[in-house]
Amino acid sequence: MPAPLWQRAAALAAWLVVWQLAAMGLGHGGLFLATPLQTLGALAQLVPTAAFWQRIVFSALRILAGFLLAIAGGLLLGAAGARWRWVRIFIDPVMQLIRAMPVASFVILALLWVRSANLSVVVSFTHVLPVVYAGVLGGIADTDPKLLEMARVYRLPLTARLRYIWLPGVYPSFCESCIAAMGMCWKSGVSAEVIGLPDHSVGDALYRAKITLSTPDVFAWTLVIVLLSAALSALAARLLRAAKARLCGEVQA
Amino acid sequence: MSIVIQDVCKSFGNTPVLQHFSWTVDGPAVLMGRSGCGKTTLLRILLGLEAADSGAVSGVKTPAAVFQEDRLCPQLTATANLVLTGHGLTVGEAAHELRALGFTDAELALPAARLSGGQKRRAALLRALLCRDARTLLLDEPFTGMDAELVEDAVKATKRLTGTRPTILVTHDRAAADLLGWPVREI
Repeated sequence: MPAPLWQRAAALAAWLVVWQLAAMGLGHGGLFLATPLQTLGALAQLVPTAAFWQRIVFSALRILAGFLLAIAGGLLLGAAGARWRWVRIFIDPVMQLIRAMPVASFVILALLWVRSANLSVVVSFTHVLPVVYAGVLGGIADTDPKLLEMARVYRLPLTARLRYIWLPGVYPSFCESCIAAMGMCWKSGVSAEVIGLPDHSVGDALYRAKITLSTPDVFAWTLVIVLLSAALSALAARLLRAAKARLCGEVQA
Repeated sequence: MSIVIQDVCKSFGNTPVLQHFSWTVDGPAVLMGRSGCGKTTLLRILLGLEAADSGAVSGVKTPAAVFQEDRLCPQLTATANLVLTGHGLTVGEAAHELRALGFTDAELALPAARLSGGQKRRAALLRALLCRDARTLLLDEPFTGMDAELVEDAVKATKRLTGTRPTILVTHDRAAADLLGWPVREI
């Protein structure tokens, strides 16, 4: 059961106080640790500029493209892996390698293959793919074999099996993996941009803020990334839940 | 068309479940026997879900079944479950038969996951009986979880909707078997 809203708000407020005190303790005008107020001030200066929104659109489009490609790839590979054991055996080492590989190593390699502008597409795709793949595989394994047997006995067409048996079975695990993946693709995508430095990207802005020692801007951009990631994860969760009711013919009791 | 079971044997590990079992079923019939004597295994062999160790079965054409468990899609209403497997069954026909077996309008609006055990069992029974293209019915303990009054109604519906189709109804309930009035085979 989630804690009441006031308790969560109180915890957040307590951490803001800790942050403020720590920043004040370190001193140097927020050079090492910007205060919450400095961060909000930097954000207030960024938000009205066209460049701020341009960077967000630039990064969001690429990161979301990587996310959507990973969803499609994860669905296809997960379904194939569940159907044919040899596919799973063949794919597993690659998935494990991607999971274990540091983002930085992959970014440096990927820079040899793609333009820096498209780096975040490739990096968010590759880092999200194993999560979605595992989610789909797990969901297929969770699908009720007794219902599948019933479908076979009653000669249900493939479309009905997909809609009323496979989809409700796969959905919870797939949904969870998508929500987790949405947060991961922002982390990996922006990390890639910080290394590849494509113009007009959020990662580029973060790097510029760092080299000019404007710590409040680093915090402001970080806050933007966290908020974007949380908002899009919440949006994905809401859309996926709404889609489930419609796709699986779910009855709301 | 008859269901023909010839000299079927089936073991699980070292435990024999069916031993040289033969039976020809021309119309509706009841199969009775103690727990663990292989009744469900026989139905699973007839449905093609298990392979017999030896012997042969034939005559099971486009079957409909009541399984040991209800096996309803939990997110769908009872009516939607019936229509899903009905091969042409309409919503109106499904709802009419469900009401005849005691479903209220409120219960018809609930997803199967929210129905009681007895309601699920009645829906599972009607799903088999109303499957439009079923030429063989294999019903495994279809009256489980129903009280005496409901069993009576369910038996009437079973007799009415089965017609003359080759049917094997497995039960351990002697009263239900007597109410059905079908030939009984002990296993």
